[in-house]
Amino acid sequence: MTDESAMSHNDDTPREDVAGEAILSARHVAKSFGNVHALKAVNFDVHRGQVTTLFGENGAGKSTLMKILSGVIRPTSGEILLEGRAVSFASTSEAQRLGISIIHQELSLAPNLSVRDNIFMGRELGGSTGVDYAEEERQTRLLMEELDEPIDPLTPVEELRLGQQQIVEIARALSANSRILIMDEPTSALSATEVEVLFRVIRDLKQRGVSIVYISHHLEEALTITDHAVVLRDGIMTAYAPRRDIDLEWIVRNMVGEGFDLGSPPTGYGMGDVALSLREVSVPDATVPGRSAVDHLSLDVRAGEIVCIYGLMGAGRTELLESIAGRIPLTDGEVVLDGNDVSRLSIAERIDQGLVLVPEDRQRDGLVQTMSVGENLSLASIGAFTRGLFTSRRRESDVVASSIRNVHIKTDGGEASIGSLSGGNQQKVVIGKMLATSPRVVLLDEPSRGIDIGAKAEVFGLLSEGARQGLAVVFSTSEVGECLSIAHRVVVMSRGRIAAEFGTGATKEEIMAASGEAVVA
Amino acid sequence: MTDFSQAAGSRNGGLDLGRLLLEGRAFFALIAIIVIFSILSPVYFSVDNFLTMSSHVAIFGLLSIGMLLVILTGGIDLSVGSTLGFAGVFAGFLMQGVSFEIFGVVVYPPVWAVVILTCAMGAFVGAINGVLIAYFKVPAFVATLGMLYVARGVALLMTDGLTYNNLGGSPELGNTGFDWLGFNRLFGIPVGVLVLALVAIVALLALTRTPFGRWVYSTGGNARAAELSGVPVKRVQVSVYVLSGICAAIAGLVLSSQLTSAGPTAGTTYELTAIAGVVIGGAALTGGRGNVRGTLLGAFVIGFLSDGLVIIGVSSYWQTVFTGAVIVLAVLLNSIQYSGRKKRSTPSDGTASSPQREAKSRGAEPAAESTAVNPASQS
Repeated sequence: MTDESAMSHNDDTPREDVAGEAILSARHVAKSFGNVHALKAVNFDVHRGQVTTLFGENGAGKSTLMKILSGVIRPTSGEILLEGRAVSFASTSEAQRLGISIIHQELSLAPNLSVRDNIFMGRELGGSTGVDYAEEERQTRLLMEELDEPIDPLTPVEELRLGQQQIVEIARALSANSRILIMDEPTSALSATEVEVLFRVIRDLKQRGVSIVYISHHLEEALTITDHAVVLRDGIMTAYAPRRDIDLEWIVRNMVGEGFDLGSPPTGYGMGDVALSLREVSVPDATVPGRSAVDHLSLDVRAGEIVCIYGLMGAGRTELLESIAGRIPLTDGEVVLDGNDVSRLSIAERIDQGLVLVPEDRQRDGLVQTMSVGENLSLASIGAFTRGLFTSRRRESDVVASSIRNVHIKTDGGEASIGSLSGGNQQKVVIGKMLATSPRVVLLDEPSRGIDIGAKAEVFGLLSEGARQGLAVVFSTSEVGECLSIAHRVVVMSRGRIAAEFGTGATKEEIMAASGEAVVA
Repeated sequence: MTDFSQAAGSRNGGLDLGRLLLEGRAFFALIAIIVIFSILSPVYFSVDNFLTMSSHVAIFGLLSIGMLLVILTGGIDLSVGSTLGFAGVFAGFLMQGVSFEIFGVVVYPPVWAVVILTCAMGAFVGAINGVLIAYFKVPAFVATLGMLYVARGVALLMTDGLTYNNLGGSPELGNTGFDWLGFNRLFGIPVGVLVLALVAIVALLALTRTPFGRWVYSTGGNARAAELSGVPVKRVQVSVYVLSGICAAIAGLVLSSQLTSAGPTAGTTYELTAIAGVVIGGAALTGGRGNVRGTLLGAFVIGFLSDGLVIIGVSSYWQTVFTGAVIVLAVLLNSIQYSGRKKRSTPSDGTASSPQREAKSRGAEPAAESTAVNPASQS
């Protein structure tokens, strides 16, 4: 590494064309969505021919920044400099013409088409008689050879392994003459060997002068490949340094900061018996046949206890919680609720027994958008206000009113439409709906996803209150700060297993280290 | 009909005329049709004509109510026209007497038994649809399209393409009374209209006052969320197709009683008219939105329009054109209503909830820049 750049590099004007110089810069870039400020005056440099990694927790603004740099969205204010000249792109294709490509976490390949057709999708080479397939095939073959992944250009993409598909995406970006490649969580679904291949390709690309922006939650893995580290927190760039000056601890410290007080574990009462017991639970992975998303996992949760499940994306948190609730069938093991095996019961029967799930994606799995706030709140507890054949409107409005009160939903009343609520209040509707069934055990999959910090604190307050009254609470999170709030116990999941367990005294560094180290040693 | 004024009026007190017209469009369309045809023809506006037209509407109305249940769950039932024809033929077949050759006897079931057996047949057809769709994941369009052919084919096979004409039964056999299913009048009102009213009331109660109704709406609104809330989504799906089949069977009985004959080709393309009625009534084909009141209005709009065109002597070719135009117009207004709702709701919500949102972001910003803000202080 030849850079003598370090911290002073930030405000540089372009210099001679050397590796390490900033090729793409964001200057005071801010982005607001309504009242939510996702980015606040961020400065960010992409270094020529090097890897710049962006670190930050969920919601820190990483994706927003990458979307701005790749033309998916426009910044509210600030400017983008490409080789020193201010540029603004209205679309991804315009950004691509200027040499900037983004590879999203969810690959954007057409699985039914061949490698060749994917690489030239939307930019087909014209010939005298339509598309010049022979030339496309030749170029594809050349590209794949350069990337040391000699896949036949006519292979349908769906027949490739995920790692190979990613390389096809990279080939597509290269064939569009991309000089800057943004990779959003490229390794989250890859096996260790596939990660090795990807890293070799990245080093290769650096040799060819391609600049890379890399985003990953796997900190140690990212440290092995990066040349520069930039840390974002709550929409602000909190730290910047070249690789040689930093270590894992430095990143974690800057990522999580001092944090926001989300409460502490409720105390002053005795915990009850074991309410939920998982015994050797296994769940197959839906995307990779033969792999287990949850692998013989055992866990006991007592009444009144709050357990936090922490893990990176793909650790199996969602699969675990959905299988407990009955959405996904178990391949092995059993779920025991208050001493009764409920593994064979339907979702509805488990709700009757007192086991409920607040799903991760409230738009997709939590709310019925066509129904009112009240109808959503009463959906799961409809039996409680049904007499004979008919529902009692009076009893229903009692249930709705008390739910709105209990979970502090800010709404004009039960008649209001779901769309009129803010994200945090929508989340409280989903929680209130499940709490209205008077559960014994409540599972929450990332209950804080997409809600602001004030609502987050309120949700956690609700859970503490529930636990105090004897509810067993299990919630999952990918933000380490949340583990250290109300949870009595932190369970770290990695690759479908429990990697570590901590009491209330754990540090963020310990928890993060336990979740990420299993990927590349 | 009291619900109507409520739905339109309760949301915001000072509503504008355009919104009222949009939300009550089926109602106003019906009024407009009645007024226009009453001016064009002296015979249109009379109690007798209304009753005659209503007995035509009864058939489409029954099909539409069954269709509404299916559409509310986000499905579609293309087989109702064929099921109607099949049910008529099945009832005619039973009325002719069922011979058991092994025992050498011919059994003539009484009319009430014919009704029950025919409805059971309709339920069976619906159950096949429902199971294919809910458990075998066959797309509703395809499953019921197949059933459209199968039911029609079976009806043709049963009669060899012929029509049963003598459905009157005979007193000696104890199976008279078939004409009471649709042809006769009770208190001066055609029985078919009364049957429609009864089915409509049952459907209305089921949709608005029972858990089943809520399950239907939630399944169509978001099946995944409904399932995670403990709604038996698959059973709900099967149920709506069964109910749709029963409605089609009832419509088949009413129609063959009205015509005093049962032909295997009865009800051809009626499924499309039924869908049109539901759509004109404001239901969304994507599921979750719609009600019995609107659907009945939709059925009346189509029925009164086409009968009116007949009365003033417009050629049947033009009738087809008019009906098609009305359907397209209805769907157009539906999409305006639903997209308008979204646009309208955002600014009005802003005023309702922005103070709280501001409070939150004010709380969040210092939290991000400095640190530790006591969350309790915000609420």
